[in-house]
Order: sequence, then structure tokens, then C-alpha cells
Amino acid sequence: MSAFLQCAGCKKILFAAEFEQNLRVCQYCGHHHRLPARDRILLTFDPDSFVEMDAELRSGNPLQFPDYQEKREAAEAKTGSFDSIVSGYAALGGVRVVTAVSDFAFMGGSMGSVAGEKITRTLERAAEERIPAVIFTTSGGARMQEGLLSLMQMAKTTAAVQRCNEAGAPYICVFTDPTMAGVLASYASVADVILAEPKALIGLAGARVSKQAGVSKIPDDFQTTEFVFNHGLIDRIVPRKELRNTLVSLVRMLGNAA
Amino acid sequence: MAAKSWKEWEKPLIELEDALAKLVERSKIAPEAERAEIEAKVAEYERRRDHYIDVMYSRLGPWEKVLVARAEKRPYTLDYVQALFTDFIELDGDRRYGADHAIVGGPAMFEGRPVMVVGHQKGRNIQERQYRNFAMAKPEGYRKAMRLFEMANRFGLPVVTFVDTPAADPGVESEARGISEALAASMLRMFELRVPTISVVVGEGGSGGALAIAVANSILMQEHAIYSVIPPEGCAAILWRAPEKAPQASAALRLTAQSALELGLIDEILPEPRGGAHRDPAEAAAIIREALRTELSDQSKRTGDQLKAERYEKFRAMGHLISPPVEQPPLIA
Ligand SMILES: [Zn+2]
Repeated sequence: MSAFLQCAGCKKILFAAEFEQNLRVCQYCGHHHRLPARDRILLTFDPDSFVEMDAELRSGNPLQFPDYQEKREAAEAKTGSFDSIVSGYAALGGVRVVTAVSDFAFMGGSMGSVAGEKITRTLERAAEERIPAVIFTTSGGARMQEGLLSLMQMAKTTAAVQRCNEAGAPYICVFTDPTMAGVLASYASVADVILAEPKALIGLAGARVSKQAGVSKIPDDFQTTEFVFNHGLIDRIVPRKELRNTLVSLVRMLGNAA
Repeated sequence: MAAKSWKEWEKPLIELEDALAKLVERSKIAPEAERAEIEAKVAEYERRRDHYIDVMYSRLGPWEKVLVARAEKRPYTLDYVQALFTDFIELDGDRRYGADHAIVGGPAMFEGRPVMVVGHQKGRNIQERQYRNFAMAKPEGYRKAMRLFEMANRFGLPVVTFVDTPAADPGVESEARGISEALAASMLRMFELRVPTISVVVGEGGSGGALAIAVANSILMQEHAIYSVIPPEGCAAILWRAPEKAPQASAALRLTAQSALELGLIDEILPEPRGGAHRDPAEAAAIIREALRTELSDQSKRTGDQLKAERYEKFRAMGHLISPPVEQPPLIA
């Protein structure tokens, strides 16, 4: 790794060591750079508490979609995972939780059958054991290479949220950059508590699709964390360095009823 | 070269039909001596037209299905409501922000029993299309649908939905008022229902905007309807940066009713009259009526808890995994 890098927000040159120490947040402009799922897990949960589940789940190419196999294999090599979600059990300030963390590096964090299954199992475990579920999203949406199978993951994961509601298991979702389309319009938006990192891209339609739909007069902060916060669509904007403490407090207060 | 629009694709057929109509007119006013000859010609044209329709509609590729599913002559939700139900009383309030005419709904009688009907509604001319926002519902439309679902649940009415939308409204205002939350919450509400639920995809099943009112125990699709995770134009734009490659994207997405059935994501394909539902709306409605009757009587045999659990299991099983899913023990409430 090179000793220097450029901030994706303000374009200033940053020291890599300092940048990593600062949790990949720019010290000048506060831009939150994307985190690999496993780094996110390390910096969020109690040390050595994470136990991965369902790592063996893997997609096929059910539609024989052009180039899907190749894209997925490249993503596997890049991330060391079989899909965009890393999930399992973990602890937050001593409270046992289930978690699922999305990885943008795996095909834009898109949700196909495997991601949908992992999110669903995570939420089902929360419901069954009546423990909190903490999910981090970063995703362009449903994975179009699995067609309608991907769309149906929206319903499947939302159904599992409904089970958590019924069982009394708290579900906290943290939106990170970007949280879009089929993920935003399913399990992400029906969490009990929704937190978001600053300046993340959050919205239903991609810019290209919006443009095609002839949408005009787009405000400067459209589809950002700040936009959805100001419209009451999320509960709280939390900078990365405060996330762990916020989550610990929340699971301690909401996750004790069980 | 694929046709760009349904009109372009059906043009040869329309020309044949125009010629036929003129012949029929002529036969009415023709002198007795010529009439037999013209009538023979009419019969010949009719035979050619039927043959042409058969050939056209038996070889519909995915893109042609998209064109037919979007055809402006196709019967829309309110056409089916009129044909299938009596005493429909449209209830329009979301009680929060505004009236949304892209989704219609309310109680109606189906063969002597009350049901709750909800569906996307398209428009036939420019004014109607604007009024209906091209069947692209805003958060208000989905929040109205949720109210109707909840009401149906409270009063024990089966829910019947008609799905026909290109997508949920992607506009700035919809984002500001939480369109994504509205879609997710609508699905969540449907999973709570303890009444029979049937969804019929009658035209375009456009991604989340369609699915938000299609979380049902029985999912039926008309023969030429489509159901897709993304519009083919959007898919082509993202994959190849070329929206004009929508025909190729349609094939890759496998968005036809036949593919949805093969993938195990819908329960039944409802056949359409020769040449599509628009050529004989009454017959198309009769086929839907038959299916609704069967599904309603079948689902009505189950308890509310069974219907809810079966709906969960149905969607729970959707997906394609190389490692088969581990059996999850049922949740003890
Ligand atoms: Zn910066």
C-alpha cells in the first residue's frame, strides 16, 4: 500500500497511516470513505466476538446472465467472500447480537439470492433468539444479473423484519455510502432505528434512471444522508468514530426486554 | 432490427385490419352481384389476419412481450374491476399527504362476497396518463394501499391486487416523502395479513413498485405480462451504457411470465385471448374471473394464521443458492 492517497471528497492528499487510524474518514473534509465489510466488523464489535455464519452460501447463474459468472468470480477474488454480505454473531458492549455487513467491493454490494438469504437468516436468528440485529448497508440495490430472483429478495428480507417486529427483537440499520434502490426499499427502510454515516448517497432511483425518467430540478443535497435526515426518513446522522458507542448504547437499552 | 414500439410492431397487423374493415364496408353497400365475391375476400382476409396473429403471438420474444405488456390498448386495472366486480367503491385517502391516482382501490363484490381491490392504474390518453402519473405511484399511493390492506385484514376481506406499473415514482418529491420506506412498509403490511391474498400481474410488473402490492399467497401472471427487477432500458443503460439495447436486456433479464414460472416465482400463467388481452377484454376478464374464483375458494379453507405462515414460506423459499438453505426451525411466538 502506498504511503499517500487522495481524498475522494476534497481531493487533498492524505497520509495512509493517519487515514487508516482515522477510520478512513478525511481529516480535512470529513468524507467517509467506504470500508470493506471485515474492517467494519473489526472496528464496530467487541474484540474477537464475531463468529461468521453462512459463509459457504454461493450464487449460481440461474438466468445464464451474460458475464455474471466472470464478474462474481472477480469479486470473490477481490473480497475473499462468496457474496456481498458478511454475517454472523457478535457482541456490542457485551450484548450478544446478530449482524450482517454489506461490502461495496462485491459487485456494488448488490442483493441477489445469497445476500437476501443471509440477511433473512440474520433477521430470523434475531427473532428466534430475541436478540438485536445490527445491519450495515452499502449497496446499489437488487442484483439485476439474477433478475426477478433478486427482486423477490426484497420481499423475503422484509418478511424477516416483520418476524423481528412480532418477536420483539430490535433491529438497527446503519446506512453507509451508498444505500440505494432495492435494498433501501426493503429491509433497510423498515428498521426500528435507522442511523446513517454523513454524506452517504441514499435514494431509490439511480441518477441515470432518474434522468431517463425526465426528473428535473434536483436539489444539491438530493439523495444524501442530510437530505433524508432533514425529511425525517432516518433517525440520526452518526460519524463513524461515534458509531460503536451509539450502537452499544442502543442495544443495551432496546435489547434487554428479552 | 427490433421494433421500438408496440405500434411499430403491430403495424402490419393494423394495416391488414384496416384493409379488412374497408372490405366489410364495401360489402355492405356493394350490388348483389358483387357481394359474394367481396364476402369471400373478407373471409380470406379474416383467415390471413387470424393466421398472422397466431404467428405473431406464438413467437413473442421477451422484447415483444415488453411491447405488448405496455400496449396502450391493453385492459387496465379499472377495466378488470368493472368486468369482474360489482359495487366497487373507490376509497382514495392516504390520510397523510395527498390523493394518488396511480393506485386505485376499495371494497367491491366478487360473486356475492366482498373483497378489497387494489391496483396500479394507467391512462389511455395524454390527460389520463398525466392524471395517473403513468401508473408510477408516489408514497401516498402505497400508503393508501396499506390502509386498504389493513382495513381488509380487520374486516376479513380477501385482498385482490392488479399489478401494472413501470416503476414507483422516482421523482424528487417522492424521495423527500419516503418512497422507499413506503414500498418496504407496504410489503411488510402484506406479510401481516390474515386474509386470502391474490395478485394478478396484468401488464408491467415494474420492480419494487410492483412488488410492493404483490406480496400474495397466489401470484398469477397473464400470458403476455412482464415482471422485472429493473426496466430493460435501465438495465441496458447500466450494463452497456446504451438504453437502446433494451431488447437484449429484456432477453437477459428473463422477464416473461414463462420465465417467472420456470424460476418458481409465480404460481400460474393466465392464458390470454388470441392476439392478447386487448383483442378480447371480456374473454381476458373471464379467464381472470375463473382463476380468482378457484384461488379464493381454495385460500378461504385456511385459517388466517395458515395464510400468513404460507405467505412467509412462499417468499422465504425464493432464491437460487448453490449451498442449499438450512432448514430454519419455525418461530415460536
Ligand atoms: Zn477530504
